[in-house]
Amino acid sequence: MVQSYFYRRVRSYVSTPSSVPSAPSGGSAPSAQAPATGTARVKRGMAEQLKGGVIMDVVTPEQAKIAEDAGAVAVMALERVPADIRKDGGVARMSDPDMIEGIIEAVAIPVMAKSRIGHFVEAQLLQALGVDYIDESEVLTPADEVNHSDKFAFTTPFVCGATNLGEALRRISEGAAMIRSKGEAGTGNVVEAVRHMRQINNDIGRLKSLDGHELYAAAKDLRAPYELVREVAELGKLPVVLFSAGGVATPADAALMRQLGAEGVFVGSGIFKSGDPAKRAAAIVKATTFYDDPKIVADASRGLGEAMVGINCDTLPEGERYASRGW
Amino acid sequence: MSTVSTVSSTPVIGVLALQGDVREHFAALAAAGAETRTVRRPEELAEVAGLVIPGGESTTISKLALAFGLMEPLRARVRAGLPVYGSCAGMIMLADKILDPRAGQETVGGIDMIVRRNAFGRQNESFEAPLEVRGVEGGPVEGVFIRAPWVESAGARAETLASYDGHPVAVRQDALLATSFHPELTGDHRVHALFVDMVRDAAV
Repeated sequence: MVQSYFYRRVRSYVSTPSSVPSAPSGGSAPSAQAPATGTARVKRGMAEQLKGGVIMDVVTPEQAKIAEDAGAVAVMALERVPADIRKDGGVARMSDPDMIEGIIEAVAIPVMAKSRIGHFVEAQLLQALGVDYIDESEVLTPADEVNHSDKFAFTTPFVCGATNLGEALRRISEGAAMIRSKGEAGTGNVVEAVRHMRQINNDIGRLKSLDGHELYAAAKDLRAPYELVREVAELGKLPVVLFSAGGVATPADAALMRQLGAEGVFVGSGIFKSGDPAKRAAAIVKATTFYDDPKIVADASRGLGEAMVGINCDTLPEGERYASRGW
Repeated sequence: MSTVSTVSSTPVIGVLALQGDVREHFAALAAAGAETRTVRRPEELAEVAGLVIPGGESTTISKLALAFGLMEPLRARVRAGLPVYGSCAGMIMLADKILDPRAGQETVGGIDMIVRRNAFGRQNESFEAPLEVRGVEGGPVEGVFIRAPWVESAGARAETLASYDGHPVAVRQDALLATSFHPELTGDHRVHALFVDMVRDAAV
């Protein structure tokens, strides 16, 4: 594993254990050192455990159980799914704590929840409630039009959306431990998710082709820290897990995003706005694991009932494009 | 098992790739001297001399193993002596019993132990701590515990290799090895080297 500049920097924000301790625990003896929580490794490592999986939006404990039974690796606790946020309008905020706690009690898999962009107090509340991951999300109405939250200040890890590599690296430089391509949530239309995943891939591909001299100018163009840009050029990938989100509605959509390089998928409105959520959820889980086997994806796609209706993204007015929130 | 590669200094070890941190185990196994394969289907399982069940969500891995007809072949090969190493969710999959299973959650089993899921708490309580592991020379390993399970109780044949706060977090029973923590996330390949040696021993 690359011991990167940012890896060390992240660790410097926490009570750091020495990597080679002198008095280790053995047998049943108590540990000589206090355990270190909130390190970059446990934050990013948590996302590594979700790879190859599906994270599903849920608004009730009952939906959370359906998601868990279908094989979801985590659920995202929301007050309204993005399709309803779109329909209802108004300001979309962090969910009711009672609802989040109800979902935490209902399932054993990790529970994520959304805070508004820049609303670090909502994030503090989510951490206090014990959610496993915080999504600082453009699907909610932004609370700050200049600043995202300082994610190093939290023990709970963050996932953030991105439409291109520069945006992803700015979020990582703020402490995000996982990135998802934004897509256009609540549309049931995968076109924007594809656009953003291809953009991130193309940006990374371009970095790999540059020589050491060119990386400084590339960092300036990307508006991202040079050390992170260099790390991506060396790794050929982001230093954190990359999922896809925003518009995935079918097993084939999930397999498409996986084949384009997503390490897993978020499915929002696509499941519980469809005709048979339990069946569709299980089908998307299968298609995400066997994304490269068209026969299995085809079998999983049979008899799922109505998919969510969907919205054509090119008819969305500018103010209703969530992907343009955040920067 | 004529299809299984046997005597070799570079054993072929599969990683169960239904869900989880497969890539990290691939890298650690390769660094420890193994040839790696992806295992998602029964015919792929038949081709390997050892198997790693990675970290991930144990409910998801269990459901996918059942849905794609892998659970019984896995149990059969474990009974026949296949060396298997499980980290975190993989430890749960190797336990004969889960203290608090979800509806429909099954394990492969093989190690006579009862595990408690998420025993150390939620993600906020996930932690790193140095850990001395019996059979791993050269000082403690960096124990990375992520929503980790622990061993609630173990039978006489399950040997405890490491404990934390009085709970076993690394156990071995014959050719089966399980850890609550994630050596694959640390860049320290000694636990994987131990397992690769177990695979070599089983092949002789």
